Amino acid sequence: MLDFSLTDEQQSAALMVRQFVEQEVAPTIKEYDRRQEMNPAVLPRMAELGILGINIPVRYGGQGFDYVTLGLVCEELERCDSTLRVVMSVHMGLNSMGVLQWGTEEQKQRFLVPQARGEKYAAFCLTEPGAGSDVASIRSTAKKDGDSYIINGEKMWISLATKAHHFLWFAKTNPDTGSAGITAFMVTADLPGVTSGDIHGKLGVRAGSTGWVNCQDVRVPAANRIGEEGEGFKIAMSCLDNGRYTVAAGATGLIRASLEASLKYAQQRHTFGQPIASYQLVQQKLAYMQQWYDNARLLYLRAGWMKNQGLRNTRETSMAKWYATDHSFQAANEAIQIHGAYGYSDEYDVERYLRNSRGAIIYEGTSEIHQLMQAGYLLGTRQDKPLRCELPAYDPDFWQEEM
Amino acid sequence: MKVVVCTKQTPSTTAVFSIKNGIVSWDDPGGKPNVVNPWDEYAIEEGIRLKENHGASDVIALAIGGEESKEALKTALAMGCTGAILVSDDAFAGSDAVGSARIWAAAINKIGDAKIVIFGKLTIDDNMGVAAMMTARKLGWTPLTFVSAIKSISADSITVERLLDDGKETVTAPLPVVISVVKEINEPRYPSFMGIRKANRAEIPVWKAADLSVNGGTGAAASKVDWSHIFAIPPRVGSVEMIEGDSIAEQVKILVDKLFEEKVI
Repeated sequence: MLDFSLTDEQQSAALMVRQFVEQEVAPTIKEYDRRQEMNPAVLPRMAELGILGINIPVRYGGQGFDYVTLGLVCEELERCDSTLRVVMSVHMGLNSMGVLQWGTEEQKQRFLVPQARGEKYAAFCLTEPGAGSDVASIRSTAKKDGDSYIINGEKMWISLATKAHHFLWFAKTNPDTGSAGITAFMVTADLPGVTSGDIHGKLGVRAGSTGWVNCQDVRVPAANRIGEEGEGFKIAMSCLDNGRYTVAAGATGLIRASLEASLKYAQQRHTFGQPIASYQLVQQKLAYMQQWYDNARLLYLRAGWMKNQGLRNTRETSMAKWYATDHSFQAANEAIQIHGAYGYSDEYDVERYLRNSRGAIIYEGTSEIHQLMQAGYLLGTRQDKPLRCELPAYDPDFWQEEM
Repeated sequence: MKVVVCTKQTPSTTAVFSIKNGIVSWDDPGGKPNVVNPWDEYAIEEGIRLKENHGASDVIALAIGGEESKEALKTALAMGCTGAILVSDDAFAGSDAVGSARIWAAAINKIGDAKIVIFGKLTIDDNMGVAAMMTARKLGWTPLTFVSAIKSISADSITVERLLDDGKETVTAPLPVVISVVKEINEPRYPSFMGIRKANRAEIPVWKAADLSVNGGTGAAASKVDWSHIFAIPPRVGSVEMIEGDSIAEQVKILVDKLFEEKVI
């Protein structure tokens, strides 16, 4: 059976998020973007409304919705501004869902519950100044010392660097090996030796927090180790399957934002006595943007459906992320073209859409990485092996049961 | 203490209307074409606050209309109302304001034990703003319109602040009352995720004409309002003239002369 319909619950949740961003974020986002500051009300409000725990089971402090709803929520958030979706990518996709998948019951109670309730914000610390796509070359180390690990290292381009309380940190417990020597830890920001700062001067996502996090001789309890020693690479990659899903859904929202802005402007703006929407070359741009939107949405919803079913979706999520982010950039670029000189100014939103779209083509796997992944699947050089801990399939009874 | 919130499903504020052969239709390509009447969101919020802050036992959302009106009731449930009832019958279709007030009153009487009934200031589809007063009249209760704050509630009275054209006034009235609220009264909450899930699973009872003891005529036959000729207002036609001059002062002089000519000033 093939069913493209969304449930009333899924649609109502998306509508609620749309109301929130339109009423509370959209009116001031341009100003915060100009000032390169995060609106201080955004994270607390997302927490208060339950957005930060949307697809986490109620028993773990979440709202009990499914993975498709997570995608719909991300689409609505990034339709307003990418900074909001970035929050979900790191807090939910890359960290909380990682704990849901790999954490012990005790770790879920200790980390996931406050994160899903929005009492603690979460981030993902994989990228380093000298290691991005080449994860195996990270230099951060974790040395076992009794019941603790001593962590040293620096992470770069970390979203929510200065806002997060919990960092999912990847370090080498065996520096002599490559990816097999990586282990994951939950480093809490209150531990002595943890410092962080924001980076300014970014092209886009200027109203968000992106920065660096440093660990200097940070003693982390062994109980904070997520998964087994040496399992960090697999954990990181599975977290990326979830982070990339939110990026894909968000980029789809960005395409929609560009399309909506273009549609409105093309019908209002007159040249040579006619609205520019009456010209075929403008119509062609609008038609393409609609096509990109439909394709991107179908791709991410397929990935979300697979997550709900408990099916491995690395390939499909990669495809969705690659397609949606590339085309969100193209859509924003065409939106500027339709807006003409006005699109080149920050009087209209489309220039922000273009700047915001660019980063997602780089982070969480560059488009080139995703092309290599897709080619690898085609050529048989890449295949997904079963994991010790798979992302749990969405089970409404388990997710919604109140303890 | 039971509270009843009267609500209505209306076209969204961004809906685009068209009229063809006297039939009005609308769509909202960017969102949902129908929403809870925006003024009713304040009424729903205030009803929920009466439960949270003043010990109301139940907050019942009530709507008159077709099956689609359940959407408005689900929104009310998702926001926090404890129950919802739809009054729907072909016999009620085409009721005018008085007919609707008779239906509201009959339904409120059937719910029973309500001390406070809340309406939004008006509904954005007809903009009449008479439902609260007419319903109060049919119930024989005190109407308190344009309420901007509920100051206090005791076992047998309520004190409210009313927002009027020339200021505010504080009024105390014996319960039960029918109030209409203005947007200054509160900031409506969004439906909660938990509320959305519960609302979508809720079975909303539907009351038919036979379930109510409506006192007086309802439906199109009893309506005093004639809807036989519906047409779109012709679009306003205007023109723009750019005033040119060598200096701002000269442009202003030309503008003032033209405004005199047109008898604007």
